[in-house]
Amino acid sequence: MTTPEDGAIKVVPVRHYWQWVGVAVALVLLAMLVNTLFSRVPSGQYVCHAVHGVRQCHQTSEWRFSWNIVFHYFTTSEVLHGLWLTIFLTVVAMVLGISIGVGLAVMRLSSNRLLSVTAWTYTWFFRGTPVIVQLFFWENISILYHTITIGVPFTNITFLHINAVTLFTPTIAAIVALSLNEGAYMSEIARSGLIAVDEGQSEAAMSIGMTRSQTTRLVVLPQAMRVIIPPTGNEVISMLKTSSLASTIGVTEVFGATNNISANNFEIMPLLVVASLWYLIVTTVLSIGQFYLERRFARGALRTPPPTPLQRLRRDARGIASKFRTRRGVVGAAS
Amino acid sequence: MSTPMVEAHDLWKSYAGVEVLKGVTLTVVRGEVTCLIGPSGSGKSTFLRCINHLEKHDAGELRVDGDLVGYELRGGKLYERNDKQICAERAQIGMVFQRFNLFQHLTVLDNITIGQVKVKNVDSEVAKVEARELLARVGLDGKERHYPAQLSGGQQQRVAIARALAMDPKLMLFDEPTSALDPELVGEVLDVMRDLAESGMTMIVVTHEMGFAREVANTVYFLDAGVIEESGTPAEVLGSPKSERLRSFLSKVL
Ligand SMILES: Nc1ncnc2c1ncn2[C@@H]1O[C@H](COP(=O)(O)OP(=O)(O)OP(=O)(O)O)[C@@H](O)[C@H]1O
Ligand SMILES: [Mg+2]
Repeated sequence: MTTPEDGAIKVVPVRHYWQWVGVAVALVLLAMLVNTLFSRVPSGQYVCHAVHGVRQCHQTSEWRFSWNIVFHYFTTSEVLHGLWLTIFLTVVAMVLGISIGVGLAVMRLSSNRLLSVTAWTYTWFFRGTPVIVQLFFWENISILYHTITIGVPFTNITFLHINAVTLFTPTIAAIVALSLNEGAYMSEIARSGLIAVDEGQSEAAMSIGMTRSQTTRLVVLPQAMRVIIPPTGNEVISMLKTSSLASTIGVTEVFGATNNISANNFEIMPLLVVASLWYLIVTTVLSIGQFYLERRFARGALRTPPPTPLQRLRRDARGIASKFRTRRGVVGAAS
Repeated sequence: MSTPMVEAHDLWKSYAGVEVLKGVTLTVVRGEVTCLIGPSGSGKSTFLRCINHLEKHDAGELRVDGDLVGYELRGGKLYERNDKQICAERAQIGMVFQRFNLFQHLTVLDNITIGQVKVKNVDSEVAKVEARELLARVGLDGKERHYPAQLSGGQQQRVAIARALAMDPKLMLFDEPTSALDPELVGEVLDVMRDLAESGMTMIVVTHEMGFAREVANTVYFLDAGVIEESGTPAEVLGSPKSERLRSFLSKVL
């Protein structure tokens, strides 16, 4: 008989039968999805040839999702240029939006009433109006202001004088609208991050002689990042897709570009698939970036940082290998 | 006789109409250890925070090293000091907190060097060398790459002391430095403080460790409800309390 000391007692893990049912259902659904994605349908065209002098015809088939057309347009210069514009809009609008947001959050938390009320009003205004309205507003700003002048207010001193129509091209209007709008959302995210940092941290920073701005930059913000990054990642992905609204004011980012193509060739579905696939690819890349960024800013917050996917893979492999080894060991002991 | 390190005269401070300090008068002699004892809510932390201007006192005179805290006397007028001057004043006063308040996102070494590098503009390599010496002094050599969360409470508090010492302060303020520690970790922090006192550092220590006060302090002040009720040598204050309030306070903490 074996005793616990032998270490040879067999452990029977709990069996989760319902889990297997769930897995089976999911697998069937997945198979159906793959099947329909790559199914073929009759094309309505016939090919005929003579077999033993008899003419025989049969209908050809084509991909339901027109993968050949998708593939054809996937990397055309028009689409790639649109993709570049999408990424450009996203990056610029996010960089500006984050800067505005952090500034607003610091203002909002300031003890100066005027600053905090200004920041609050900004957020109220830009969160309270739809982005598409803001896009059209900035595109048409030249109706309100023909020229834009930089100078000393209420005097005749001017440094710069620009025609609003030439300044506010669709792309510039989109950048302005998207960043100002994003700033409002980012300010709330940044504020929650700043609040989450213990007050003792800024007290300690001030006690060693740091100025207010040093305290914020060197001590509070870096720690707030841990709270700020996950929702900001969401915002970036959201911005990637929101930037498609810029197509309504004539910016040919990826969605605008695919729309233009399908307006000419009527291949609506394949080109929507082209746009969707590109959005999915960029989102995937962004998610990976977010993972590593979160890990970087979690330093010090956790005793041991979470493993990277690679590390996890290696660990799992080691785990499985050792399992096999112990199994063999148990068998050896029993025999 | 040289000027005292800290001189408070009739210091008042209130929060939203509630008087916390009601005319505190106190003197801290250079190179001496002053312990401040008193019940919770009596204003001990508030007083310490006034000294390095984390709080602004409402009335009275407060001098550190002969200079008025937060103000400058010029031509018979008091000018409020600007932020830069206040930071410069704070940089010369070390503070150790009950809850350590180490910078969580920085390693032990960076916690100690950041003040030197960013506030005093010392070269970072020079600061590192000094930080390692300080770590050795508080008995933590070899821990420089750790993050605060990876240290015990006692170790964190010793790093916090090293961080304050890195600024080469002329005065150290301790606000209940051992109150958040498990009993078995209190000793290691008090040992570091004892060494510091022996090296001649001027210290104000808010504490409930009466053993430490009796052994290390030159002067003990008993603060109660915003006023100094009693003061004197540890033997006088702790050994033969005069007021009923101090007697009842001591019977609770001892
Ligand atoms: N920022 C603040 N706003 C309002 N009231 C405050 C503030 N800080 C302190 N107080 C009040 O001032 C009083 C004195 O506080 P203080 O922290 O100085 O006491 P303490 O003697 O350090 O007590 P403890 O031993 O509990 O630390 C308390 O009643 C407290 O509630
Ligand atoms: Mg206190």
